[in-house]
Amino acid sequence: MPTRLAVTGAAAVAHAMRQINPDVVAAYPITPQTPIVEYYAQFVADGLVDTVMVPVESEHSAMSAVVGSAAAGARTMTATAANGLALMFEVVYIAASMRLPIVMPIVNRALSGPINIHGDHSDAYSVRDAGWIQLFSENSQEAYDMTIIATKLAEREEVLTPAMVNLDGFITSHGVEGVDLLDDEVVRDFVGIWEPKYPLLDVDNPITHGPLDLFDYYFEHHRQQQEGLKNAYKALPEVFAEYEKISGRKYDFLDLYRMEDAEYVMIVLNSAASTAKYVVDELREQGIKAGLIKPWVFTPFPKKELLAALEGRKAIMVLDRAMSFGKEAPLYSLVKSALYEAKDRPMIGSYVYGLGGRDVTPAMLKVPFEDALKGDLDPNEERYLGLKE
Amino acid sequence: MPVNMKQLINLVEKEDWPFTQGHRLCPGCNAPMVAKWATMTAKALGYEPVVGAATGCLEVSTTIYPFTSWNVPYIHNAFENVAATITGAESAYRSLLNRGRIKTDKPIKFIAFGGDGGTYDIGLQSLSGAVERGHDFLYILYDNEGYMNTGNQRSGSTPPGADATTEPVGRKSTGKIQFKKNIVEIIGAHENVYAATAVTSDPFDFMAKVEKGLKHEGPAFIAVLAPCVRFWRIPESTGPQVTKLAMETKYWPVYEIDRGVYKITRKPRNFKPIEEYVNAVGRFRKALQHPEYKEMIEEMQRYVDTRWERLLKLEEVTKDLYLR
Ligand SMILES: Cc1ncc(C[n+]2csc(CCOP(=O)(O)OP(=O)(O)O)c2C)c(N)n1
Ligand code: SF4
Repeated sequence: MPTRLAVTGAAAVAHAMRQINPDVVAAYPITPQTPIVEYYAQFVADGLVDTVMVPVESEHSAMSAVVGSAAAGARTMTATAANGLALMFEVVYIAASMRLPIVMPIVNRALSGPINIHGDHSDAYSVRDAGWIQLFSENSQEAYDMTIIATKLAEREEVLTPAMVNLDGFITSHGVEGVDLLDDEVVRDFVGIWEPKYPLLDVDNPITHGPLDLFDYYFEHHRQQQEGLKNAYKALPEVFAEYEKISGRKYDFLDLYRMEDAEYVMIVLNSAASTAKYVVDELREQGIKAGLIKPWVFTPFPKKELLAALEGRKAIMVLDRAMSFGKEAPLYSLVKSALYEAKDRPMIGSYVYGLGGRDVTPAMLKVPFEDALKGDLDPNEERYLGLKE
Repeated sequence: MPVNMKQLINLVEKEDWPFTQGHRLCPGCNAPMVAKWATMTAKALGYEPVVGAATGCLEVSTTIYPFTSWNVPYIHNAFENVAATITGAESAYRSLLNRGRIKTDKPIKFIAFGGDGGTYDIGLQSLSGAVERGHDFLYILYDNEGYMNTGNQRSGSTPPGADATTEPVGRKSTGKIQFKKNIVEIIGAHENVYAATAVTSDPFDFMAKVEKGLKHEGPAFIAVLAPCVRFWRIPESTGPQVTKLAMETKYWPVYEIDRGVYKITRKPRNFKPIEEYVNAVGRFRKALQHPEYKEMIEEMQRYVDTRWERLLKLEEVTKDLYLR
């Protein structure tokens, strides 16, 4: 029987990890990720799981240890946020190049500087080219589900690519919500046991992991990493469908909200989508054909799905919770490039919101719709929501 | 029983080399001896070594894809994290063993290799963390007193007067002025550890320490003086000879700190002046011509004498006082 718990997003993720019961978890605390490792450490201390927990001295060592552990053949997880992810950065790339299916919840937080502990997506965007699968979640339920989905997906033989599960700092990680947990055995059976092909600990068949890879093969190996992500793109619908069978919850590349006949479409990641859905409902009551797209999958970027969902609409407003200095905002530039192939191109505009945890209100999210209704969208202008200047 | 010649010959006869040919380290480099002796000792004792290496000469020259000189499981991750990487593998081993998922019943031992840059400097945090957490692994530092892989830059281990590309000897400078960081004391001060020094001129002392390190339940650390023939400007065949001189001039005392207990494992009968060591190593040549050279040598002599006296006293007062 599934259980319904009133828990924070951090606890929901920790419960997903408890049900997966990875062989090794190595992690280092950082607000707002800390409760995930704390809950998990308690599960270990109470004997609810038999994971070997490695409370390392830094995130750099956390990512290094999970690389060692996953290469050894163990199902391995860690979790971090912002500056922790920045300290891991070097090894985040290495993990992907070694094709290790590590799963890492990221509790999204502003990347210093200046130092700020609240939610935005500058951390997730900063590693968008590292070669990891990147899933996003609107709330605790989705963060829980995505942690389980990520484990199944990352370990598929044709994928073998590490995966990040993003959830918004404080809003999701510390907000208490009702979360439906699957039965422990259901999760255990769903993820199964990972059987790596070339574990380091196979002393009878020794393998050299992480060799020097010069100009004669490096290129080919990167091409193969690309293949892993292409295969992840192909595998995702299958894994989502399998997950729907055990949970009744349906996921896809894109969460399409009131999109059937929508003319004015907002695109936003993670928790702000909840507020945006509320705004869309309000506008619909006024007879405005508003809609929302929330990507669940950011890498591999679902360009085809997005193009199909956007073609023929009147206006698209893309919201980014981070900047790309001197360039267009990350999600915006990807959406814009996807639209290049559209036969019937909608108006498009870029909005940056909520940096460093700035509150996101319905009034704020109404602004892009109002601009669009006035026909006032400029594809080359970055606009700011709730900026006090 | 300590590892002996017969066991090693046995391995050689079976052609069971854990670290084998085909690497591209310079002829005369002392790093491969360290790797070979350590892994052979582990094998001869009946262990299956699982090896990690930090970025550096040893790593880049032994694993040029699609070739490898490692005939045992091997992992390289990055420059500063071999300790964390190998302890991740060690944690996985404990977990999988506990869950009955290890496919071999052979006893596995984890060995990490790092150069001095990856150990004294950038990797010190990850090593300290791993030792403090008490993982069961042996860390072997091959100390060539500089960043050799990237072209002879100074490290926390480079001695004063040595010419290094980031701290060269010049008209106004004798090169690096600081003494070496005392890495063995730093690691030894973690208390739960077996820490030792060794030289390439005395493989049996080294192998006995490898054995001790492998048998020690918990972290072990051995710093081996392993000349780089290229940047030390010494003839290819003289690496071990130079380390012998380093021991005889008190430049590199050979000792151990076993959970707080000091023991000098080689006590030369006749000491030689430090100047003999400095004269034997070409990387000091430029400093020799420097006007401040005399003072530099005097200071070095005073330093190594004092440190030796201190070691003798520590040996006496720590006798049998195991801290952990
Ligand atoms: C983070 C990082 N900084 C710098 C480097 C460049 N680098 C590679 S090896 C090395 C020096 C290695 O020196 P050492 O550890 O003493 O080993 P050796 O080459 O002497 O064997 C440096 C600086 C790197 N790979 N990674
Ligand atoms: S440069 Fe020095 S340390 Fe590197 S392989 Fe050559 S001799 Fe050995």
